[in-house]
Amino acid sequence: MSAWDRFAETFLNGEVLARYLPSILGGVWVTVELSLLIVVAGILLGTALACLRAYRIAPLSLLIVVFADVFRSLPPLVLILMGYFGLPNVGFTLSAFAVLFVILTLTLAAFTEEIVWAGITATPKGQWEAARSTGMGFSQTLVWVVLPQAVRMVIPPLTNRAIAITKMTALGSVIGVPDILNQATTAQSFSGNASPLLLASALYVLLFLPLVIASRRLEARFAWRT
Amino acid sequence: MDQLILQFFNVEVMAKAWPLLLRGLGMTALLCLAVIPLGLLGGLLAALASTSQSRWLRWPTVALIDLFRALPPLVLLIFVYSGLPFTGLQLPPFLAVVIAFLLNNSAYYGEIIRAGLISVPAGQSEAARSTGLTQSQTLIHVVLPQALRNVLPDLISNSVEVVKMTSLASVVSLAELLYSADMARSVTYNASPITLAALIYLILLWPVVRLMSRFQRKIAI
Amino acid sequence: MSEMNATDRVGGTKPPTLQLSGLHKSFGTVEVLREIDLTVERGQMVFVLGRSGSGKSTMLRCCNRLEEPSAGSIFLEGQDICARGVDLDKIRRRIGMVFQSFNLYPHLDARRNVTLALRKVLKLGRDEADERATSALDRVGLANRADHYPGQLSGGQQQRVAIARAIALQPVVMLFDEPTSALDPELVGEVIAVMRELKDLHMTMLVVSHEMAFAREAADRVVFMADGRIVEDAPPEQFFTQPSEESTRAFLARYSA
Ligand SMILES: Nc1ncnc2c1ncn2[C@@H]1O[C@H](COP(=O)(O)OP(=O)(O)OP(=O)(O)O)[C@@H](O)[C@H]1O
Ligand SMILES: [Mg+2]
Repeated sequence: MSAWDRFAETFLNGEVLARYLPSILGGVWVTVELSLLIVVAGILLGTALACLRAYRIAPLSLLIVVFADVFRSLPPLVLILMGYFGLPNVGFTLSAFAVLFVILTLTLAAFTEEIVWAGITATPKGQWEAARSTGMGFSQTLVWVVLPQAVRMVIPPLTNRAIAITKMTALGSVIGVPDILNQATTAQSFSGNASPLLLASALYVLLFLPLVIASRRLEARFAWRT
Repeated sequence: MDQLILQFFNVEVMAKAWPLLLRGLGMTALLCLAVIPLGLLGGLLAALASTSQSRWLRWPTVALIDLFRALPPLVLLIFVYSGLPFTGLQLPPFLAVVIAFLLNNSAYYGEIIRAGLISVPAGQSEAARSTGLTQSQTLIHVVLPQALRNVLPDLISNSVEVVKMTSLASVVSLAELLYSADMARSVTYNASPITLAALIYLILLWPVVRLMSRFQRKIAI
Repeated sequence: MSEMNATDRVGGTKPPTLQLSGLHKSFGTVEVLREIDLTVERGQMVFVLGRSGSGKSTMLRCCNRLEEPSAGSIFLEGQDICARGVDLDKIRRRIGMVFQSFNLYPHLDARRNVTLALRKVLKLGRDEADERATSALDRVGLANRADHYPGQLSGGQQQRVAIARAIALQPVVMLFDEPTSALDPELVGEVIAVMRELKDLHMTMLVVSHEMAFAREAADRVVFMADGRIVEDAPPEQFFTQPSEESTRAFLARYSA
């Protein structure tokens, strides 16, 4: 057997791949579903928090800042283990899927809050004044004038962060969420063959490479403008 | 409420787990000391290659950077740790972690440093070259210092992410902080050791996170 | 536009459109406005001149409470706008403001810059708002630029859109804070032409500007500010030919030189 044959046998084994393809593709669906849910919920929550902070109600702002800081400082895996293994003992059992969703959503929300807030504070004061002088209220000005500009400004960093955090769905495999990585490691240990792992890596690249390239484009476009 | 405190903030359990966690913290520190400088170095090389004049250097580098930015670090780690042995290359966990993170971090630091290099006006190197500095002298003494200073906040923020990322090493049984905490948890059936680990991460990273927020605010976007 | 100032044709003596009385404003310990009394009658165009830092912008911004006055009162058609319980947003929609830096919304095209407040403040329907925006843009000569974004317009055009944004709300008074000083000289004329047209339509206007020729030709009164006070208040002819104050004379000498 040539070296190439041996390599193909361990990493590109058609038989093994065929056997585990269905479960790994099932994992793709889990990863995609989780990622979409996290991105939508995390960005909405984070943006809402940044807006709340704009009202400058001191105790509320403090709470938001503490929340954002804590979730930006802690490794998500630490929170995931705490949520998955700790909560049931206080009579609060969440599925692995739910724990992963909640923790990563909160993490993305924390980063989003910070990023969108920076956008809000970077919007020129004149924009507020122009809108308020036409009789628009604070909330109207925030929603229709300031937020659209702030979000535009922060799209590149926000995209990068959203990609980084959706990739963390792979952490779910640690607590048994049947995502791509989990299915692949299971398949690997059953088959004693590395092909599922290579397939999993390829699938992740397939899923995320277009996003990475898109974010690069986005960055270049925004760099032009400024 | 009592349940909650007992389960997450059990001082007794924390005290028992403390020595174990301390050793784990040492391993985490060791990992950071290996991974951050190596990642910065790899990132610098990646940045130089991806901004080079030669497209034969530039394009493959950019492709590699994007590849490693697309792969979740945990997938990369598991691939290196449990995929490579099939080729007969069995790495100890520490080395596997360092290699996986080196690939990941070089891509991320590389992107940041690249942005820094691009941000230095062409006039700077033209001026330096016109005073007779060589290309590498220009790079080292004129361009790089400005480039790195321009992206210093991003480099620091990314280093915070690297420290957080070292917790992934627990998945391949490297006895760093989170692994030690999780060991203690499974022995005591109590989540307090993980809370303690979380507190340690928090104490280490929160000041940096806060500082970066204030710093970045001033620069604005 | 023609019925803009015709809110009340019946009745006898009407209160002045805008009246500042005993107005003070301090930033911390610095007193920027001291004892300002100023009346702008309906249909009048009043010009404000003064050195940089004399408090012109601050006075103007107090008129719609972008700055909060420290003391004194401001009456809009007889209503005290600093009284407790007034609905500030309702007041502000009756006061148009034009800024030195235009402050157009960069993410909206010219039409939607104008319609935003019509939709959100006056709660007009889309069609009615569009109609009003078109006529306001037409008034400033930019109906054909309605779907351009601010970034695609020249400074003069941007300022005209900003004026359209304000007049579309049919305000009872317009405040201009150096509307032409951010413009290239060759673009100043088009903005002044629009202001002149508003004047012909009897729009009430309070204008901070250093366009002396325009002031002389079009203003009903010119006031001069120094150190947070109004030191001279006269019809333009008298103001420019025989000012009573030494500081006014010095200022005019500097500008005509
Ligand atoms: N927000 C503020 N905080 C502190 N001081 C202020 C503030 N706004 C204005 N000032 C001060 O108030 C004084 C008057 O400012 P104002 O902008 O009203 O002058 P101005 O007559 O409009 O001058 P210019 O011709 O330069 O526009 C200045 O000394 C200025 O420094
Ligand atoms: Mg001013």
